[in-house]
Amino acid sequence: MANTLDQFVDQLRENRIWRSIFRSGTGESNLHKSLVVQQNVFLHLFSIKARRRTLEFRATWYLGAVTFGTFMILVITGVLLMLYYHPSVPQAYADMKDLQYVVSSGVFLRNLHRWSAHAMVFLVFAHMFKVFYRGAYRTPREFNWVIGVILLLVTLLLSYTGYLLPWDQLAYWAVTVGSNIASAVPLIGAKLRFLMLGGTAVNANALLRFYVLHCVILPLFAILFIAVHFWRIRKDGGIYAGDQSSEVGSR
Amino acid sequence: MPENDKSKSVPDSPEEMSRRQFFIKIGVTSMAIAAAGTAAFSYEYLSPNVLYEPSPIVDAGKPDHYPPDSVTLDPQTAIYVVRTGEGFFALSAICTHLGCLTAYKSDLAIIACPCHGSKFNREGVKIEGPAPRPLPWLRMWMSDEGNLMVDRSQAIVSKQVVRI
Repeated sequence: MANTLDQFVDQLRENRIWRSIFRSGTGESNLHKSLVVQQNVFLHLFSIKARRRTLEFRATWYLGAVTFGTFMILVITGVLLMLYYHPSVPQAYADMKDLQYVVSSGVFLRNLHRWSAHAMVFLVFAHMFKVFYRGAYRTPREFNWVIGVILLLVTLLLSYTGYLLPWDQLAYWAVTVGSNIASAVPLIGAKLRFLMLGGTAVNANALLRFYVLHCVILPLFAILFIAVHFWRIRKDGGIYAGDQSSEVGSR
Repeated sequence: MPENDKSKSVPDSPEEMSRRQFFIKIGVTSMAIAAAGTAAFSYEYLSPNVLYEPSPIVDAGKPDHYPPDSVTLDPQTAIYVVRTGEGFFALSAICTHLGCLTAYKSDLAIIACPCHGSKFNREGVKIEGPAPRPLPWLRMWMSDEGNLMVDRSQAIVSKQVVRI
C-alpha cells in the first residue's frame, strides 16, 4: 500500500503539469533538495542548508517562527473580522458586539485575534531576549537586529491601532491618553496629534485613520520587513550556531 | 566603453561639467523637488480642512438651574459650571495631564482624575500631580436670552466671575 502510494506520488511529480509548476523535479540528491528551496519564491528567502544544531529547540526555542505563526493567525482572523466590522462611530461598537453574540464563530475569531495579538507582543519580546542573551545580534547580524527593532515598533503600533477599533470606553480613553502622549513631542507634538487623529478629538476621523493603519498600512510594512528579516538570516550566514570560530564573515 | 574613458569624460576645466554629470544633476534636482512637493501635498491631504466636530461654544442653560455653591459637570461637553457666592465661572473638565475626563467629588470638594490620580480644587488649582497645569478657566458670558454660554476653545487667564 505504502509502496503504491509512493509510486503514485512519484508519478504525480513526474507529470508534465507538475513539472511546469515545480521545476526542481524529483530526486534525493543534495542538488535536488537545494533546487526545491532555491526555485520556490517563498522558500528562496531561506538558506538551502542549515547546521543541524541551529534547527534544534535549544538554539532558538523557535521563538521567531512562532511569532510569525501568530502573525499569520492575525492576518487570517483579521481579514475575516473585516467582513463584519464597519469603522464608523455609530456601528463599530455594535459590530464588535454582533461578532461576539450574533455571528457564527464570531466570538471565536475575535478572541483568537485578540489573544494572538497579546501572544505576538509577548513572543516578539521573548524572541528579542533570546537573541540578545545568545549574542546572536553581533556582527554580521547587527543590521538584522535593527530590522527586528523596526518590527517590534510595527508590532506595538499594530497593537495600539487595533486597541481603538472596538470603540468602547477602554479604547476611547486609551487612545485619548496615547494621542496626548504623542502631543508631548517637542515643537511638532500638537500637529502630530492632529494628523494622527484627523481632528482635535478622538472621533470618526480618528477611528477611520486607525482602521486604515491597522488593516492596510502597518500590515504591509510588517510583511515587507518580515521578508527582509528572513532573507537577512540567509545573507548573514544562517541562524546563529553559537560558536564564533565557524562564523562566516565575523570580525 | 564609457567605463574605460572616465578620464576623458571629466572635463579639464573645473567649471565645465560633462553631459552625463549635467543630466545627473538635473535628474537629482527634479527628483528632490518632486519629493518635497509630495511631502507638502501629503501633509496638506492628511490635515482635514473641515472638521465635523461639536461646536466649541456651549449653551449651559439658565443660571437658576445651578444650585447655589455647586459644581456641575456636563460630561458631553466636558465643562464644569461652578456657582459660588460671587457668581458663575466655567472650568474645563479635561485633565491637563493626558486628557481624561475628570469628576467632581462633592464629599471631598475636589475635582479628581480617574486615569492617573491628579486632584484639583473647585477653582481648578492643582492639589496633586501628575497634572502639570491647573484646569483652565473658560470664557463665559450671558446670552441675550439669559443663558450661560461657554467657549471651550478660549481659556481665560484672569479669573473673572459672571455675576447675575
